[in-house]
Amino acid sequence: MAEASSVSVAFVGSGGAGALTTGRLLLEAACAAGWHGLLTRSVGPQIRGGEAAALLRIAVDSVECHGDRFDLLVGVDWLNAHRFETEIALGPDSVVVSDPQGGDPPAIVPASGARVIELRLKELTTANPAWRPNMIAVGAAAQLLRLDQVVLADLIDKRFQDKGPAIVAANLAAARAGAAAVAHHNLGFGLARPRAAGARRWLITGNEAVGLGAIRGGIRFAAAYPITPASEVLEWLALNLTKVGGSLVQAEDELASINMIIGGSYGGAPSLTATSGPGLSLMVEALGLATAAEVPIVVVNVMRGGPSTGIPTKSEQADLNIAVYGVHGDAPHIVVAPQSIPDCLLTTQWAVHLAESLQTPAILLSDQFLGQALAAIARPADVSFIGQRQRATAIVAPYRRYALTANGVSPMAVPGVADGQYTAESLSHTERGLPSTSASDHHAQLDKRRDKLERFVFGDLWATIEGEGTLAVIAWGSLTGAAREAVAQLARAGRQVRLIAPRLLSPARPAEMAAALEGVSRLLVVEQSHGAQFYRYLRAHYSLPADTTVLHRPGPLPIRPGEICRELLREQSS
Amino acid sequence: MSADAPRASSLVDLYAIAYQIEVDAVERYTMLADQMEMHNNLALVDVFRDLARAEGIHRDQICSMAGDFDVAAHARKVARWHLGESPESADLAAAHYLMTPHDALQMALAAEQRALEFFRELLANAVDTDVRHLAAELVEEETGHVALCHRLLLRYPPPAGGRPAGDPDPPASQA
Amino acid sequence: MSATIAPACRPADYRSAVKPIWCPGCGDFHVLMAFTRAFAELGVRPEQVAVVSGIGCSSRVPAYMNCYGFHGVHGRSLAVAAGLKIVRPDLMVVVASGDGDGYSIGGNHFLHACRRNVDLTYVVMDNHIYGMTKGQPSPTTEPDFDTALAPGGTGMRPFHPLVIALASGANFVARAFSGNPAETAGIIVEAVRHPGFSFVEVLSPCVTYRPDQRAWKDRVHRAPVDATDDAARAARRVMTDDGFNLGVLYRGNRPPYAPPIGKAITDLAELEREFEL
Repeated sequence: MAEASSVSVAFVGSGGAGALTTGRLLLEAACAAGWHGLLTRSVGPQIRGGEAAALLRIAVDSVECHGDRFDLLVGVDWLNAHRFETEIALGPDSVVVSDPQGGDPPAIVPASGARVIELRLKELTTANPAWRPNMIAVGAAAQLLRLDQVVLADLIDKRFQDKGPAIVAANLAAARAGAAAVAHHNLGFGLARPRAAGARRWLITGNEAVGLGAIRGGIRFAAAYPITPASEVLEWLALNLTKVGGSLVQAEDELASINMIIGGSYGGAPSLTATSGPGLSLMVEALGLATAAEVPIVVVNVMRGGPSTGIPTKSEQADLNIAVYGVHGDAPHIVVAPQSIPDCLLTTQWAVHLAESLQTPAILLSDQFLGQALAAIARPADVSFIGQRQRATAIVAPYRRYALTANGVSPMAVPGVADGQYTAESLSHTERGLPSTSASDHHAQLDKRRDKLERFVFGDLWATIEGEGTLAVIAWGSLTGAAREAVAQLARAGRQVRLIAPRLLSPARPAEMAAALEGVSRLLVVEQSHGAQFYRYLRAHYSLPADTTVLHRPGPLPIRPGEICRELLREQSS
Repeated sequence: MSADAPRASSLVDLYAIAYQIEVDAVERYTMLADQMEMHNNLALVDVFRDLARAEGIHRDQICSMAGDFDVAAHARKVARWHLGESPESADLAAAHYLMTPHDALQMALAAEQRALEFFRELLANAVDTDVRHLAAELVEEETGHVALCHRLLLRYPPPAGGRPAGDPDPPASQA
Repeated sequence: MSATIAPACRPADYRSAVKPIWCPGCGDFHVLMAFTRAFAELGVRPEQVAVVSGIGCSSRVPAYMNCYGFHGVHGRSLAVAAGLKIVRPDLMVVVASGDGDGYSIGGNHFLHACRRNVDLTYVVMDNHIYGMTKGQPSPTTEPDFDTALAPGGTGMRPFHPLVIALASGANFVARAFSGNPAETAGIIVEAVRHPGFSFVEVLSPCVTYRPDQRAWKDRVHRAPVDATDDAARAARRVMTDDGFNLGVLYRGNRPPYAPPIGKAITDLAELEREFEL
């Protein structure tokens, strides 16, 4: 059997069946054996006891998206599992594990032609009331995937230690029973052996990576208002900022959280908040304030389905417009987007550096997929970006906070510095920061704030550019991984495609983009937005090849590598 | 004597109090002159600058009377009103952007009258000889100021028809 | 608040050269004077003071002072000030606001600032009107006061900021009158010195839109009883007084907000441990 580089497994269950716990255990078991993996989850609308699906991809190398199809679907139970039909694509080579007494599988199972194998969960749990069905299922899945049962047992032991020896013993027994129940099936999914343990690896979510990147970049103050799917960034920072002498305060609303970080930054501490679309909408006025008064801040926006309350638990890429254009007036600022979970760390660290260097807000557009997906990744290399603002010291009065300088950045006095007193000003102002309605002052300061961004040397981090070809695909954020996988699939079929993924969305970089598009005669834009926001943004700011089309769809479903491949090939033949 | 007012137990105390009264008066008239400048009431700019200058002269006289003694430093210690204001301070709340020289002089007259009353009362309650002597001088000085205000008020009668109803331009919203 | 006691600064040292745009007769001139006197009394260096404001006539104060200032957006000054003070506990942070900026759009932040009790001093210049935007009713405007936006009056009962402050946890509550700048300065000094969130509501007449407020100077009077440390008692007094009691009305004992202190690490690499496989 040809060796597969990855295998995709889904667990569904409801009413506290523990589908999500199961997924995590399996991921950790795979990681312990040396594989990489990616775990996401889908849930029903209930607060508790709802239907849940754990979607897992185990791979030889790091993976950044789910594949086109699931190889194994385990139904801990099938209640309301139809909710996940559109997310769990199956094919005739897929295997479905089902309890004959657990209700009917959803229609996709028979329709796909997948092979169904039995796992008598109800029978087993009736005979052994201490056994949980998801523990039986995880043992069965590990067996089918040929994961090491000893490793799994060890993980179960560690995981449930705090629940007492009786629970641990029951879970271990249940897992063994599950494995035994399917041992006679010799499926194998052809997953290639893991590489020899070498590089240090982490198991981390994008939200955690953002938090770590923030602290590494120098963030020492955060203000927080909870919102799905960003709260984990703030919760991680709440715990870890204090370890480095910083602090986080919970605010009463997003209007407060962003104004608090503006105050903290004005006082000299690199400051950050995290939110999602509805919160970002509330923060827009203050983004303008920070832009006009030239106060550096970092705002992490973990995008979710919109507009308005939208789909809080699903990913989408439709906050590009508000991030770039949302502020009233002409208020250019930084917008960056990480491209993968490890990139969340680098891009956040970079965002702090950019905000501080340019004395402006930096919005970081992550999304629910990156933020909440748990992935095994190679430990990211250390990068040197530390937020450093140009401080005014040894000031000769009268201090000109908003002095017109060659690079547009004027040294910033921090309260406490003698002779540096100034009023940070939201009104249009003079170089000294006094309110002014004059044309020359207004124009000069607008020019200053635009020029400081345009004159900055962003370097190669501005975009990821891979490969050569007259055909190119351009994507951003979490879709970078899917686009990269599509390019790899096409490369295996002998077709060369260039991948362009901007990390810096604003300000636009016309010269760099022109270089990236050199030789490209056909371009496919891929994005998760109903209104094709990215495509329109590219059209507005860049010269694109005459043959440029867009593959765009809103959330909640991701755009898969196979779809991108088909779109790239379809264009080829037309 | 109002319970709030500072007491002059000694000559240097009285120097300090008198000094502070003039300093406060200068400050108020300067603030008013600046306000009138911002509001394009040029006639009043001159009036208030003149009043500030006059009070400044009186302040300097008190300083030179005190010789080497650091009146300013002593004033910070003893010349404190905790509730009310020092008596010669013009009432900023009585200002108006359309005020006339007559209005300004009414303000000044009221201030001088308050100062006169203050020093009269101080004189009446003074025990120390030097204090009495200086207090008497100050009463005489303020009496002169009051008289001057009255003379100036005759020179600057109120405009016929009273204060204009308002300028034809409505107030500007600035936010 | 740890202020550096410096060679005496005079009130004038806290004023900038910028001439205020306020209408002559505006109560805010006196409040500005009160600030300068208070800061001189406290002996804090101008560069150690930050004055934070929002939008409105009273919010123009920072530019008129020689301290660090922040002129932010409407209603959010308490949030800016909280972030600043948490990051810089060494600074003296004073917030200047008005009845519109502070009690209307800023209302939510007002509640939570009292509750959070960060060591700040909040001075609201209340003139029962929106002055800068030309005379709309504010949350403290009388129900029958006729304006263009609410002809015949709002018909709504005015907000009671002092009671709300007490109910929300403010640690120091006082009422002052701009026409008594020396008294106001003294109250501001006490407010700054008192730890936690100190709230001073200053009745400050608007000469342009509320000429009727000239009568305030005859209505204000000292509060008949001393301040209490019983918030409920203070609230009852304020709910039943004539609205013109001046002085410190409440001094509480809540410890001021202190951000949590974690176990310090020396190497950022320690933060990675939880992720390592």
